[in-house]
Amino acid sequence: MKELLLIAIGSAIVNNVVLSQFLGICPFLGVSKKTETAAGMGGAVVFVITIASFVTALIYKFILANEALLKMGIDLTYLQTIVFILVIAALVQFVEMFLKKSIPSLYQSLGVFLPLITTNCAVLGVALTNVTKEYNILESIVNGFATAVGFLIAIVIMAGLREKIEYNDIPKPFQGTAIVLITACLMSIAFMGFSGMI
Amino acid sequence: MNKNVERLYNGIIKENPTFVLMLGMCPTLAVTSSAMNGLGMGLSTTVVLVCANLLISAFRKVIPNGVRMPAFIVIVASLVTMVQFIMNAYTPSLSESLGVYIPLIVVNCIILGRAESYASKNPVVPSIFDGIGMGLGFTFGLTAIGLIREILGAGQVFGFQLLPLADKANGVAGFTPITIFVMAPGAFLVLACLVAVMNIVRAKMEAKGKPLAAPSGCLTGDCASCGQSAMCTGRSQSESASAKKAE
Repeated sequence: MKELLLIAIGSAIVNNVVLSQFLGICPFLGVSKKTETAAGMGGAVVFVITIASFVTALIYKFILANEALLKMGIDLTYLQTIVFILVIAALVQFVEMFLKKSIPSLYQSLGVFLPLITTNCAVLGVALTNVTKEYNILESIVNGFATAVGFLIAIVIMAGLREKIEYNDIPKPFQGTAIVLITACLMSIAFMGFSGMI
Repeated sequence: MNKNVERLYNGIIKENPTFVLMLGMCPTLAVTSSAMNGLGMGLSTTVVLVCANLLISAFRKVIPNGVRMPAFIVIVASLVTMVQFIMNAYTPSLSESLGVYIPLIVVNCIILGRAESYASKNPVVPSIFDGIGMGLGFTFGLTAIGLIREILGAGQVFGFQLLPLADKANGVAGFTPITIFVMAPGAFLVLACLVAVMNIVRAKMEAKGKPLAAPSGCLTGDCASCGQSAMCTGRSQSESASAKKAE
């Protein structure tokens, strides 16, 4: 339990996925204009990354690094990048179809963001980190969920700040993306304060 | 101008992926803590980009249009796996410092973007030169940002101590490193200044009547030229969603 809690705090706050690992920068900058859309995007990311880290951990344990195969001298772990990206792309399509058919209310709020997540590097990044850190299936799920919550926190704070910045008098060259990056820089400095926690 | 030379010029200067198009921002932020890392990341991306352009252009008539995205991804992912193993074998220290960002070349917008917008429509030789141009442009961008961060953050250039460090204990005057530049916030700060400088350049060029290519890709939230837009309908949909909410 203690290890799981450490993993969760570590990936949600201390090593924040956006602000210290730079994964998922695209939606972080692109979809953070309004708090509502940012929260929707964050929710969809939590949903997808949690499922994706569960499925990729299963595939890694029982197919790619299958013990029976390893004993026979067949090591399929080199296929991990190819298999993970295809599985994630297919999984997102599948989740979208499933939600549309069976839980329309959830689809209404998250559905529009799902296709965007296929190519979010955070999803693949988490799946690969789970393998490199040799997490078991439960730890992988916790790590995936916590990483995605870290993304949610970062994107919602960013959207809130951007709504305020919009009415400020910013020097012309810094208008648009540049001021957003400066904001991200300051947020990143703030999150560095957590680094002593673990 | 010769078409191949034009492709090189286009990639390195006219449509430089880092400075002008602003593509592939995740690796740009993540691995530029030193010039060496930037150079290594840039060169490995170049290798993947050239080989991917070569293969995709060679198979462009065989791959059915409906499944082209998955096909491209499989080609790119196989190449990335190969590059990862080669780097593991020959440059273990570099491969350790780049870590998870090497396999993440798969989802780099530049690679699928060039596959979709150039290699899948053009013959093999120009596609190779397009890959070399874009790859070198990206390498140039990453190395330049890495240099700035390394000089300010550690006073070093490619690991060589350029500025003598101050030593307060012995009363030696010198450079005090601004460590924040080699840490995460420095990446955002340097990129922000770069974007601001490019905004000034852009305005000047426009006044001269020679406008630069518009930035595209994730940073601007403009997915149209990303290449992954076939699978990723994020921007248009997120906008229509917010429009719907507003109604």
